[in-house]
Amino acid sequence: MIKAILIFNNHGKPRLIRFYQYFAEDMQQQIIRETFHLVSKRDDNVCNFLEGGSLIGGSDYKLIYRHYATLYFVFCVDSSESELGILDLIQVFVETLDKCFENVCELDLIFHMDKVHYILQEVVMGGMVLETNMNEIIAQVEVQNRLEKSEVRPFLSSSKSFPLIYVFGFSQVSAIKYSLSVL
Amino acid sequence: MPAPIRLRELIRTIRTARTQAEEREMIQKECAAIRSSFREEDNTYRCRNVAKLLYMHMLGYPAHFGQLECLKLIASQKFTDKRIGYLGAMLLLDERQDVHLLMTNCIKNDLNHSTQYVQGLALCTLGCMGSSEMCRDLAGEVEKLLKTSNSYLRKKAALCAVHVIRKVPELMEMFLPATKNLLSEKNHGVLHTSVVLLTEMCERSPDMLAHFRKLVPQLVRILKNLIMSGYSPEHDVSGISDPFLQVRILRLLRILGKNDDDSSEAMNDILAQVATNTETSKNVGNAILYETVLTIMDIKSESGLRVLAINILGRFLLNNDKNIRYVALTSLLKTVQTDHNAVQRHRSTIVDCLKDLDVSIKRRAMELSFALVNGNNIRGMMKELLYFLDSCDPEFKADCASGVFLAAEKYAPSKRWHIDTIMRVLTTAGSYVRDDSVPNLIQLITNSVEMHAYTVQRLYKALLDDISQQPLVQVASWCIGEYGDLLVSGQCEEEEPIQVTEDEVLDVLEGLLVSNLSTPVTRGYSLTAIMKLSTRFSSVNRIKKVVSIYGSSIDVELQQRAVEYNALFKKYDHMRSALLERMPIMEKTASNGPTEIVQTNGETDPSVVETKHPPPVTQSTNQATDLLDLLGGNDMVPVIQTSVPTKPASAGGELLDLLGDLSLSGGPAPTPAPSVPTSQPPFLLDGLSSQPLFNDIAAAGIPPMTAYNKNGLKIDFTFERANPNPNIAVITINASNSTEADMTDFVFQAAVPKTFQLQLLSPSSNVVPALNQGTVTQVIRVLNPQKQQLRMRIKLTYTHRASSIQDLAEVNNFPPQSWQ
Repeated sequence: MIKAILIFNNHGKPRLIRFYQYFAEDMQQQIIRETFHLVSKRDDNVCNFLEGGSLIGGSDYKLIYRHYATLYFVFCVDSSESELGILDLIQVFVETLDKCFENVCELDLIFHMDKVHYILQEVVMGGMVLETNMNEIIAQVEVQNRLEKSEVRPFLSSSKSFPLIYVFGFSQVSAIKYSLSVL
Repeated sequence: MPAPIRLRELIRTIRTARTQAEEREMIQKECAAIRSSFREEDNTYRCRNVAKLLYMHMLGYPAHFGQLECLKLIASQKFTDKRIGYLGAMLLLDERQDVHLLMTNCIKNDLNHSTQYVQGLALCTLGCMGSSEMCRDLAGEVEKLLKTSNSYLRKKAALCAVHVIRKVPELMEMFLPATKNLLSEKNHGVLHTSVVLLTEMCERSPDMLAHFRKLVPQLVRILKNLIMSGYSPEHDVSGISDPFLQVRILRLLRILGKNDDDSSEAMNDILAQVATNTETSKNVGNAILYETVLTIMDIKSESGLRVLAINILGRFLLNNDKNIRYVALTSLLKTVQTDHNAVQRHRSTIVDCLKDLDVSIKRRAMELSFALVNGNNIRGMMKELLYFLDSCDPEFKADCASGVFLAAEKYAPSKRWHIDTIMRVLTTAGSYVRDDSVPNLIQLITNSVEMHAYTVQRLYKALLDDISQQPLVQVASWCIGEYGDLLVSGQCEEEEPIQVTEDEVLDVLEGLLVSNLSTPVTRGYSLTAIMKLSTRFSSVNRIKKVVSIYGSSIDVELQQRAVEYNALFKKYDHMRSALLERMPIMEKTASNGPTEIVQTNGETDPSVVETKHPPPVTQSTNQATDLLDLLGGNDMVPVIQTSVPTKPASAGGELLDLLGDLSLSGGPAPTPAPSVPTSQPPFLLDGLSSQPLFNDIAAAGIPPMTAYNKNGLKIDFTFERANPNPNIAVITINASNSTEADMTDFVFQAAVPKTFQLQLLSPSSNVVPALNQGTVTQVIRVLNPQKQQLRMRIKLTYTHRASSIQDLAEVNNFPPQSWQ
């Protein structure tokens, strides 16, 4: 079972937090902090599996993570999941995000937190893997988005892709996009 | 009221905050706006507000006031609202809030909604955070959806069913009929989740497991299709067809094939096929191979297949990819118990992994190395492991040190090697060894009699170098205390003997006492060691001085020891040599530290042995043997005394001589001794912890009795009940002397039948004055758990009119109240 999925950036700021096991709010934040602390210490050429940290579920949990440019994707799993399989799952998830957001970058995750949640909902449900076929996932997400759109603005015809480009009205946001290197 | 800002506006604003305080301020402002918006019951913007709330929740700010709003959103007709509402429910609500039950009805309606995506949302939410009540109510709906032909819903229903089963295991049977044709699905998503459901059911119930065994052929067929089928763009991941499904099926096969010959047989071919055909260049292939290996090891596979599996793991170990190496080490650890020899072949690779830079790999390699140590490779392995201990991170040192000790204990080729290894560990990782290793080591050292000189010499040298590592210092000071005479006499055969004078040794020990690095426990050790040297060294005056200085130490434990040792010098000097005699060989009962320590050696665990009594005593198992002989029969259990009033130097031999005419039952002697210790501690500690022994309120008025009256010596017993434990009878003996001469060197000993336990406390004095001028009192505590009739045999020794007298007697006239 997957106990939690955490996405945070190189400075530890959370970009997506999903827990599949109950933890109190402050516990959740503490777990995020501790996970960041453990994961950020790691070199780039060590293995992607971490044990240790005592917060989640005692001894039966591992952290499986992948580092893409500025983001860490961390899956906290217990021993019933295959470690290498989860690595592949992270890859599938990121590729799906990439297809959905077209060259996804951190800003996309920041501003579309809810959409990322919806995509994740199609991949993992209740801590278990639901669907791994990328096309399937994307298709389902798109239909639901269209459904949403048709309610909000019934006169707009259904568009294939959902809006990606936002006009940033102020100068403080840096215009540089960090692009994720997708393996 | 202006329209609430959109989510992205909020995010933008928050990102402009430069400090945490600024961010908090912005968020609080927005929360206030959201709250007032909620109060206005504004339907249009509610979803926007909840989305903002979820964002703030992710950043760590409280968002519980949005819970009810989520419910309202769920109840709405719009898909947009429902979507964000359900998301909010999953993130903000859980079964601990009472509010969540209100969702049940909404979910029930949505499970039957016309739009499949709404149904999907409902299933998702139920499967994530449904409580047991909700699951019970809605299980029927889930089951219905499990049978639908809509694959989107079917796969979600399957996972939802897993959650329901986890929450309410009794409902598992309900889903059984629906699983009948789950595996005939074409859709991989449904197949995947169905396999998960079947796995869950098999893991939970052995009946289900037996029932599903018949699915093995079907699973094998599916797996075969996956491997053999050509390129399928839909499910392809790096050239392999749906690896996730393959892995899941392999895992289910593992569970089904365990301990079952037929199923294992059916799987053999396909496993071999997967193992040989899968491409290993990418992570995907390795994931499948790894799962295959685990399955092969778990089921009753034929030996050829097992060898294949271990070889695959061996290949993994040499792979460049760290993840693969890690995974290989993990699985080797799982299989090392069953296929020990096969894993041994890869030992050198595993030992190389100890030098890897990666922490996770190092840890795995260390665990695996300890599992691989055996009598043949102990020397080589230990060298590597000690090298590892030197250079590893602190987080490993404690585990590594304990592992080394365990391995050394089991497989040490020689005593000298064993002691060398221990010394090495103590000097390199001394501060990380566990607390119970100190007593274990001391016991080990005591038992290797021929190595005493060598050991003490090495320990002394180590002390000279470094006094910061407490376990090392404790063991060293204990040894110097015990074997200081060997050290000074320069008797070592194994090594070049060093020239050490008594003063140098005392300098070192005193240095420990004053050093800031020593903990109070270590100081206790060194003070006792100094005291012990008073019988082994000749410079007693120096020792007396040290001991008297510490009589006014601030540390209570040290002060107490010093005062008692002082008393030993002054009043009980005749006892000193006996008390400070060398420790005998300790019986190793079981490796539970405190138990045996209390028994045999009061010093090494100073906190346990209590303090009102004179310094710890030479507890000799010989003594126990002798008492058993003394009392002649097999039904008597020797008493373990906590103190010995007067004892000439070679206690054991004399008793045996004196009682030469008694039937000596030498054989079974050692066995009662070990068995008594393990049952003693509760009693001993009982006795030791209730301090005001003599102030015990006499419970029932049990009449006193005369136990012995002969030759002018009269011994009376008075009874009390020990308060905390009604099974313990406290007997106070009063010995009085009606003759005209004093009875000196008076010793009272007692023994009771096996069903009892006895504890003798120290007597008030060893002189019974003449003409009834005074009495000697002594307290006996008898534990009588079976409420049997109390019997006792006593032995009295004393010197009267310059001749030594001893006598044996049996005491049978205990009043009934004393043992009922």
